[in-house]
Amino acid sequence: MEEMGIKFTAMGQEFLIHNTIVHSYLIVIGIVIFAFIANKKILETDPLEKPKGLVNILEIGYTAIRKQLYDVMGTGPTRERLLPYIFTLVMFIAPANLIGLLGLAPPTSDYNVTLALALITFFMTQYYGLKTNGLGGYIKGYFEPLPFLLPLNIVGELSNPISLSFRLFGNILSGGIIMGLVYGALGYLAPIAAPLHLYFDLFSGLVQTFIFMMLTMVFVGGNLPDEDGI
Amino acid sequence: MQGISSEAFVLGMSAVGAGLALIAGIGPGIGQGYAAGAAAAAVGRQPEAKADIVQTMILGQAIAESTGIYGLVVGIILLFVRPLMSAL
Repeated sequence: MEEMGIKFTAMGQEFLIHNTIVHSYLIVIGIVIFAFIANKKILETDPLEKPKGLVNILEIGYTAIRKQLYDVMGTGPTRERLLPYIFTLVMFIAPANLIGLLGLAPPTSDYNVTLALALITFFMTQYYGLKTNGLGGYIKGYFEPLPFLLPLNIVGELSNPISLSFRLFGNILSGGIIMGLVYGALGYLAPIAAPLHLYFDLFSGLVQTFIFMMLTMVFVGGNLPDEDGI
Repeated sequence: MQGISSEAFVLGMSAVGAGLALIAGIGPGIGQGYAAGAAAAAVGRQPEAKADIVQTMILGQAIAESTGIYGLVVGIILLFVRPLMSAL
């Protein structure tokens, strides 16, 4: 694990920007540019015609994620407000896992990134739990089903973000390490191992994205109020 | 018979510990295989519900994998971060 990234000196101090941060910014800038292009295209589209090209692909993705959200969390205005966050989560994690195909270090192989994403989910869960049940109901939830299970409930609640972050981090990092070991062992025969990227980067990355999305929906959806309608 | 330096001993024992930590991979393997078998039986009973079954199977397998991931993280930390070298 050698230190890689952008080194620069400012005000007499050496700074190191780690390369996972640089790649995160690459992805974020890419998403912003993509959002501007998509916005322009959608505004130009005539809603009465058949969708085609980029707008069609975006609609397929949006519809799939929205259907998934309705299946897991139900329908209602609060769910509609959460949909943009879920879609953004997918839009960030999927390229972050797949950037390993370009030979760059994936941002999700850095524990800081995955812990930050898991903590967003954790605090969102607690916020909606407080908002839905009120302070009394929220505290009472820790004493169910039996009062002496309080420490177990607290540990169970705190282990959610840890397992969520380690799952994503461990999967992506181990894929990178295994690919590095295989390439190092084969030497001149390294191109033989190229199909392994299909599993370790493509399949594993997309499955982990789907799982992070689903678990975020399950954790947050368990604390939402009952609503009807769209 | 040469003596073993303490650094070499710690490095070797860290490697042994990383190997032992990855025995944790047995559990997720059994669990994922069991989940896949149950999913295959469910698809045989209801072929029209295949999409939902596959989705549920993948989700359950990923959650079962987390214990193996904990062992993997311990192994990676022992091999690459080497926290025990600072205790010398």
